Amino acid sequence: MTAEQVDEVTRGPFDFDIRGSMRRGLLLGLGLVFISLAGLPIGLDTRILIKPVLSLGYLSLIWLPFISGWASGTETVLDGVATTKRGARDLVRGGLVGLIGGACLSLLVLLMNWFDLRDPLVNWAPPLSAILQFDRSIAFGVLVWPLLSAVLSCAGAGLHIITPKIRSATLSAVLFTLAMAIFETFIVDVADFLDDKLYGQNGGLTVMSAIVVACLAFTVSAIGLGRRVATARVNYQQSTGKTKASQTTMLIAIAAITVVVVPMITGKITQELFANIGIFLLLALGLNIVVGLAGILDLGYVAFFAVGGYTTAVLTSPNRGPDWPSWVPTLPWWGALLVTIAISGLVGLFIGAPVIRMRGDYLAIVTLGFGEIIRILFLSDWLNGYFNGAQGITNVPPADFGIIQVKGTDPRSVFYLVLVFAAISIYVSWRLERSRVGRAWMAIREDESVAEAMGVNTVNMKLMAFVVGAILASFSGAVFAAKVGSIFPTSFLILVSIIILVVVIVGGMGNIIGVIVGSIVLIGVLGGPKQPGLLAEFSQYKLLIYGALLIWMMLRRPEGLVPNVRRSRELHQEEFLQDAWLRGEIDDDANTEEVDS
Amino acid sequence: MSHLLDIEELNITFGGLHALRDLDFHVEEGEIVGVIGPNGAGKTTFFNMISGMVRPTSGDILFEGETLVGLDPNQVTQRGIARTFQNVRLFANMTILENVMVSQHCRTKRGVFGSLFNTRAFREEEAEIRRYAEEVLGFFGSRLVGYRLEQPASVLSYANRRRLEIARAMATRPRLLLLDEPVAGMNPIETAELTRLIGRLRSEWGFTIVLIEHDMNVVRDVSDRVVCLDHGETIAQGSFEEVSSNSDVIEAYLGRPLESKK
Ligand SMILES: Nc1ncnc2c1ncn2[C@@H]1O[C@H](COP(=O)(O)OP(=O)(O)OP(=O)(O)O)[C@@H](O)[C@H]1O
Ligand SMILES: [Mg+2]
Repeated sequence: MTAEQVDEVTRGPFDFDIRGSMRRGLLLGLGLVFISLAGLPIGLDTRILIKPVLSLGYLSLIWLPFISGWASGTETVLDGVATTKRGARDLVRGGLVGLIGGACLSLLVLLMNWFDLRDPLVNWAPPLSAILQFDRSIAFGVLVWPLLSAVLSCAGAGLHIITPKIRSATLSAVLFTLAMAIFETFIVDVADFLDDKLYGQNGGLTVMSAIVVACLAFTVSAIGLGRRVATARVNYQQSTGKTKASQTTMLIAIAAITVVVVPMITGKITQELFANIGIFLLLALGLNIVVGLAGILDLGYVAFFAVGGYTTAVLTSPNRGPDWPSWVPTLPWWGALLVTIAISGLVGLFIGAPVIRMRGDYLAIVTLGFGEIIRILFLSDWLNGYFNGAQGITNVPPADFGIIQVKGTDPRSVFYLVLVFAAISIYVSWRLERSRVGRAWMAIREDESVAEAMGVNTVNMKLMAFVVGAILASFSGAVFAAKVGSIFPTSFLILVSIIILVVVIVGGMGNIIGVIVGSIVLIGVLGGPKQPGLLAEFSQYKLLIYGALLIWMMLRRPEGLVPNVRRSRELHQEEFLQDAWLRGEIDDDANTEEVDS
Repeated sequence: MSHLLDIEELNITFGGLHALRDLDFHVEEGEIVGVIGPNGAGKTTFFNMISGMVRPTSGDILFEGETLVGLDPNQVTQRGIARTFQNVRLFANMTILENVMVSQHCRTKRGVFGSLFNTRAFREEEAEIRRYAEEVLGFFGSRLVGYRLEQPASVLSYANRRRLEIARAMATRPRLLLLDEPVAGMNPIETAELTRLIGRLRSEWGFTIVLIEHDMNVVRDVSDRVVCLDHGETIAQGSFEEVSSNSDVIEAYLGRPLESKK
């Protein structure tokens, strides 16, 4: 099974697919040139990671040769086929890839010097030249890039040569150091005392502290902490019955305590971040029921978020439009919430009814349309007297619960409120998945016409998914109104729908844990459509990164970061069947000869 | 109307193709009717039409005296007609148990409220759904129960998929069961066993059965009555012996005597 049992063949250092490597090198070059011209190095240069050697701008370039080098050395290991012995060959190949890639960047340096293409390419300008030349002469830049890129690529390829243990230790050292540097604001916000110990004056780790952090991470990984965690995970997954139940309870308890306690000790930035993650988590959980469970690709999900936000605002704010009849009351937040839930459910029915008889692509397009229609209605002159058009509804009062007031200036309170709703949403998703309704949804996702032929009322069930999704989204809208204190049509762009969908897809469709991880990773690290994430510097390039991530996920891991067992089975049907066959689980026609009693 | 199922003057056209023409057909309570006919004769279309997946162009379908025309497939199932598919269509990524549980949908009623608050009625209904699912699966011996319950339907062998399809249809608690080529692709031993099971489906479970089959041995062994379709028309009806010796039927099967098809 494992590679060790099979013979290894030794091959000469130049005995590899040179053309393939050159192609890879050119791809790397293309990537580097693209990143440069997209402006990442300039935009991120002011953010210093390790003082004075590395800024985020340079990091945005140099990670690529490293990864390319590693990728150039990955080979498919086939059972029973001799593998090639790792060695100089890998380094040469990695070096070649890096060299060619770096040369492309050198070419860019030269071209930028000779021609002026600033018109179509805004970043074709002296600041980029300066960075690519390391603030020195052109010749320096032209010479250094191929070398640097080759060295990094070699290092990446070199990871194949060292033993797995050292490899993971090295990687954790590098990644951990970078993470410490990149997430500086967050870390300082959580643990104030680290500020002057680790970080320099204008931000960035000092070289000294970088080395200390790296060594620490290296040793911790080398002692085998990572492996122990992995074993514990496997043990947990394999345990059954009572043990599993008690372990699950314990894990949930630990998670619950963590999310309750952490915001108490952190600063405002982190609390704000948590609150944003929570608001999008609520949306993602709702969409997960619609898309992940019932298989209805709803691209207009933002409509329900908008309805939730606007209803709450109208019912609580003194500044709602003048045309509302006087019998529409002004309520406290929780009172408005109840009405909001009812109205969102109704709107869900209303939008769902005409849409639901469609299938697949048609449904996606129509929901996309409805998502925009709702926003444009709120923006329209026609309803200006009710929703104030582009001015929006301001002065939404905080949600008053007597003991605490939930408002934007106190992100911690927002977070706790979100937490309550997230708990409700998670419970709802979890219960429904294991019920008659959830099974019907899954059957519809698998094959709608067969589900119907087996007696499932597909129209009703799909409408129900729509309504449940709408209600969960309205929670988020209600909290959002109280948090921001004002509601504008621009908060409900179609982009929000797309980003929530990306969260669900990247996290792992149809899986609650996946959706949570997706929200933390995407909204927390990259940020929401308007909300900054941990990497506030990236906000300009957020969509670029979202897009790249989505493409990569679709190609490499379509089941998401935390896959739902069923979906990954669906997407990797062949491999799954093969594995099941190897384990002897596949049912052979041969053994069906047993005659039943 | 004393027949369980009564089809009158039924026509279906797909564009210019007359898939079923002036079809008259009836099934008595407790009967097993075999439907035979060459490829493309319209047998599957006949099932699709009964189960509501295609609408007849004209004519009427009466089940227990009430018309089925215009009903959605799930309403037809609710009335008590269940079917299997010629090209097995299981919910491949749901477990074997879930496949059979979900098809009890129209016989159960707990909704969102029950499952959210885990009410007593909900728990009892879930337990009953599960018990009945296991009972139905148990009909096929030990193959679909035990550790198999929690496995996805996609790991099953071809023969077991066909069995699971029948189980799934049984779980809708029908009065009339429509089986579309249930033994296609099975080996002789499996075929013989399933033939026996089809007999038991009537005697033990009380289903009335209409069965489409190309395997003449099966048709002969189980059917009380045989109907032969060709180009959407009934060309012969009666006992197996009568139909199989009918000259029109022999001609429809390319002029060869039926016995030589074995
Ligand atoms: N939805 C449809 N649209 C157009 N033509 C159809 C449709 N369904 C069936 N047909 C046509 O109707 C005719 C009868 O098809 P049907 O599937 O009922 O045959 P069958 O008797 O079941 O054949 P087999 O023994 O191969 O299963 C065929 O010519 C088929 O192409
Ligand atoms: Mg057919």
